[in-house]
Amino acid sequence: MKLDTSGLESTAPLFGTRSELLDGFSATPSFELPNTINFDGFQKEAIQMVKPAKGTTTLAFIFKEGVMVAADSRASMGGYISSQSVKKIIEINPYMLGTMAGGAADCQFWHRNLGIKCRLHELANKRRISVTGASKLLANILYSYRGMGLSVGTMIAGWDETGPGLYYVDSEGGRLKGTRFSVGSGSPYAYGVLDNGYRYDMSIEEAAELKLEGLSIMQHLRDGAMQHSVMEPVVELLAGWKKLSGDDVGELHYHYYPVTPSTVEQEMIEVAGT
Amino acid sequence: MECVFGLVGNGFSIVVADTSAVHSILVHKSNEDKIMVLDSHKLIAASGEPGDRVQFTEYIQKNVALYQFRNGIPLTTAAAANFTRGELATALRKNPYSVNILLAGYDKETGPSLYYVDYIATLHKVDKGAFGYGSYFSLSMMDRHYHSGMSVEEAIDLVDKCILEIRSRLVVAPPNFVIKIVDKDGAREYAWRESVKDGVATLA
Repeated sequence: MKLDTSGLESTAPLFGTRSELLDGFSATPSFELPNTINFDGFQKEAIQMVKPAKGTTTLAFIFKEGVMVAADSRASMGGYISSQSVKKIIEINPYMLGTMAGGAADCQFWHRNLGIKCRLHELANKRRISVTGASKLLANILYSYRGMGLSVGTMIAGWDETGPGLYYVDSEGGRLKGTRFSVGSGSPYAYGVLDNGYRYDMSIEEAAELKLEGLSIMQHLRDGAMQHSVMEPVVELLAGWKKLSGDDVGELHYHYYPVTPSTVEQEMIEVAGT
Repeated sequence: MECVFGLVGNGFSIVVADTSAVHSILVHKSNEDKIMVLDSHKLIAASGEPGDRVQFTEYIQKNVALYQFRNGIPLTTAAAANFTRGELATALRKNPYSVNILLAGYDKETGPSLYYVDYIATLHKVDKGAFGYGSYFSLSMMDRHYHSGMSVEEAIDLVDKCILEIRSRLVVAPPNFVIKIVDKDGAREYAWRESVKDGVATLA
């Protein structure tokens, strides 16, 4: 079954010049339709195949120095890990960051789109857009496309005239203001660590630690066997955002939970040594 | 899960709403205010899908304000309720908003009133009303203890009874509630009932 799109072409269609070059190409532009009776079902399955960026964890929180944002860096397509070094923290502008969870393409596209809108706002009004405003721009777009298959779970973090700002925005049209959020399949574990260690008056170092600990524990232990994904904490300050580090979770985990040989093993080593 | 309820007393209306923003099993936020101050003497408490809830209540709020700018007089509570119903009804056969609304207001002529509007655009003028899983408990509580001409103290007492019942009998009970009141002096926040503060449990 084929869908003929030749009617949509503005240029004249290719004429059937019988050359070897064009063998195998149909004269009229068209594309293959899936060979299925249940088209809706097929579409749903196809979306499911591409959509969930499994094992994502992103988190952000506001503290006295600014906003801290961190994300893991693994991208997956179904069971296949396609990249271990993806930037899930998107730089909208020097004062605003977005995190990425859900469909990678949707997130990237709409963040870039938001970046454009923020810049235009800046040019039109001679001042930077507020985090509130930016997050609402994004939320309104996502709301207008709701139910059409977008998959976005994002946090917009930034610093504006009112100080630090943090919003959670998703493709169901939801938008929440808050002091700490976590998005992605690892978020329950992240919340566990975050709620436990969070204080408003943390220093940047403490905040980075907490963040890394949060990411490392849930990524490594709970959210699938990931080995060497890099964590990127970014801190948002009055002076704009600053990247802090990119640490390997595998090593981070052993940093926070060092391996101590059990007594039996210890004894065995001692016995072997003598 | 969501709990929104309200009642009319002697010279005032009270609406109560839970303040949890939930996604499947995760509570993203426990201080989300779901009661919007519509104008100086109106409150709109909404439950439903988060996107629709915010989008629809803001739409209503802006249109009520627009009416006031254009005509120099505010809409009565009854008019606002009928407008809200109308908007839900026209949306119903296109892309329905899944929001349930309790609209409380105070008018000089008619006094306090409470309107029940659900997502399929049913409109009722009620003395007491509720939405969500909490409604099973709060409605029976209010049926038992409500009487006309309640004082603010009595009404708050009843509200606390409802909240206590929800907290003790509902499996998926939300931790925090916000109570707002509207009377001749206008619409305002009355109190919060919080058992969890910013993600940290305050009650043992």
